[in-house]
Amino acid sequence: MKVLVAVKRVIDYNVKVRVKADNSDVDLANVKMALNPFCEIAVEEAVRLKEAGTADEVVVVSIGSKSCEEQIRTALALGADRGIRIETEDAPDSLSVAKLLEKVVEKEAPGLVILGKQAIDSDNNQTGQMLAALLDRPQGTFASEVNVSGDSVQVTREVDGGLQTVELAMPAIVTTDLRLNEPRYAALPNIMKAKRKPLEVLSPDDLGVSVSSNLTLLRVEPPAERQAGIKVGSVDELLEKLRNEAKVI
Amino acid sequence: MTTLVIAEHDNKELKPVTLNTLAAAQAIGGDVHLLVAGSGCGAVADTAAQIPAVSKVLTADSPAYEHQLAENVSKLVLSIAADYSHILASATTTGKNFLPRVAALLDVNQISDIISVEADDTFKRPIYAGNAIATVQSADAVKVITVRGTAFDAVENSGGSAEISTVGESCDAGISSFVGEELAESDRPELTAASVVVSGGRGMGNGENFDLLYKVADKLGAAVGASRAAVDAGFVPNDMQVGQTGKMVAPDLYIAVGISGAIQHLAGMKDSKIIVAINKDEEAPIFQVADYGLVADLFEAVPELEGKL
Ligand SMILES: Cc1cc2nc3c(=O)[nH]c(=O)nc-3n(C[C@H](O)[C@H](O)[C@H](O)COP(=O)(O)OP(=O)(O)OC[C@H]3O[C@@H](n4cnc5c(N)ncnc54)[C@H](O)[C@@H]3O)c2cc1C
Repeated sequence: MKVLVAVKRVIDYNVKVRVKADNSDVDLANVKMALNPFCEIAVEEAVRLKEAGTADEVVVVSIGSKSCEEQIRTALALGADRGIRIETEDAPDSLSVAKLLEKVVEKEAPGLVILGKQAIDSDNNQTGQMLAALLDRPQGTFASEVNVSGDSVQVTREVDGGLQTVELAMPAIVTTDLRLNEPRYAALPNIMKAKRKPLEVLSPDDLGVSVSSNLTLLRVEPPAERQAGIKVGSVDELLEKLRNEAKVI
Repeated sequence: MTTLVIAEHDNKELKPVTLNTLAAAQAIGGDVHLLVAGSGCGAVADTAAQIPAVSKVLTADSPAYEHQLAENVSKLVLSIAADYSHILASATTTGKNFLPRVAALLDVNQISDIISVEADDTFKRPIYAGNAIATVQSADAVKVITVRGTAFDAVENSGGSAEISTVGESCDAGISSFVGEELAESDRPELTAASVVVSGGRGMGNGENFDLLYKVADKLGAAVGASRAAVDAGFVPNDMQVGQTGKMVAPDLYIAVGISGAIQHLAGMKDSKIIVAINKDEEAPIFQVADYGLVADLFEAVPELEGKL
């Protein structure tokens, strides 16, 4: 079985983004970029499936300009076998990404597609679900456990009320949550080896998809700042403030 | 212009977050219909019919919808989508699961997790863990939207009498099935709806120590939440995680205990009215958003607080 993993280049999770002065967007100039943490978990899961003998090949795909080859190489260093980059300019919207991935899935015919549940930049949480719908295949979103057996997969999902387990006919789409696994660090020899792994570049035209969007970003602004608060010296003072000043207890 | 809202429920009761999502639908304007898809969910439809904001309740009652499987519910919604200008669900794990499928099947984008309605085609939504707020306009024929419940005040839930009608053939895609679930049982209020939330982080040290927080919570009628670190360490289950990638809360009072205040945690609670932080490190970033900060060892401060409540 082949596993396809979709990965995204995003701002490093430790960086607090700033809004541009003209409110047109956030400012990503000279900001540290990284593999989206949920995508890293997706790569790790695929590599573990390969190590367990369940999968025989792990293919990573990313969509964007040349710079996202850095994140594909990171995934290859973690143990993926080969990479695909689909050349696009600006960050395409989720529907376009899902359409591009749909074509890659048709071409590669994986048994499982694993994606992160959300990218920490746009915070949309939708691409995996959209891909599954376009392919008319089942989905196991927000996964904390994935067990493949034969031609079906059981996925335990982190839901608001606790955990839910579903069984899906393969091919299936899985999106990762934080507790699925703890990604490994890439060892230096693997980083070197990753440089020589195959990385194919495709255009949306090659896949027969036209990338456009009906969404317009009109404005980006910083969130309302909270007023600086005070330090209280004791539990008694805290209770006095909560009772008489804030009146919340 | 008519908006379809998909109700959140457990086949027995309508979840309160539906009332917040209906408020977003009202802000958009026009008629509002509410779809109750489930199994044996007649009582939910009856409750829903009493909501004055709803002009019509649609019910789809079939075993295929019992567990809100996305493959089935999305097909059902698609089958009635042609009548609507807007389709809304709550940005819960249920809504986030099936609604993007509906969007893709309609060949439109989804506008996720909106916090305000600027116009019937323009919405605000947080991005980058809430460190920026985007205003987005959609030219799609139908707007498919998930709504952050805490950003909208609930609509009234009684006094109305909407017509109830049945829709759709049963849509069973036959490619997924429900195996089981482990749901947290608690007598405390639901985290995202509670007016007081007490949350613990890695500083709690272990799961047993969360009892200190449960005792405070019980005196305040509060829900108990946690940071990712506390969940990852196994102190408490995943449904208690507050943050960018967990639950969004905005209570009147949020008490963060032994939580450092990482941006991902702040994303889930910084819209709370009053924030209290108890942390032994006076440099902890949580103090930058706290209205009242207490620099103290939680193992002394929390029992003292509980005793004096
Ligand atoms: C993709 C991604 C998504 C994430 N999503 C979330 C999310 O949704 N929610 C979330 O919370 N985090 C999330 N995180 C994790 C986040 O970055 C932080 O790691 C996490 O919030 C830290 O939790 P904490 O504050 O409990 O732990 P720490 O940062 O370790 O802080 C513990 C605090 O406890 C204090 N403390 C220790 N002992 C005591 C004591 N005896 N008395 C008083 N104070 C004490 C310490 O001073 C310290 O400030 C995410 C991270 C990533 C990468």
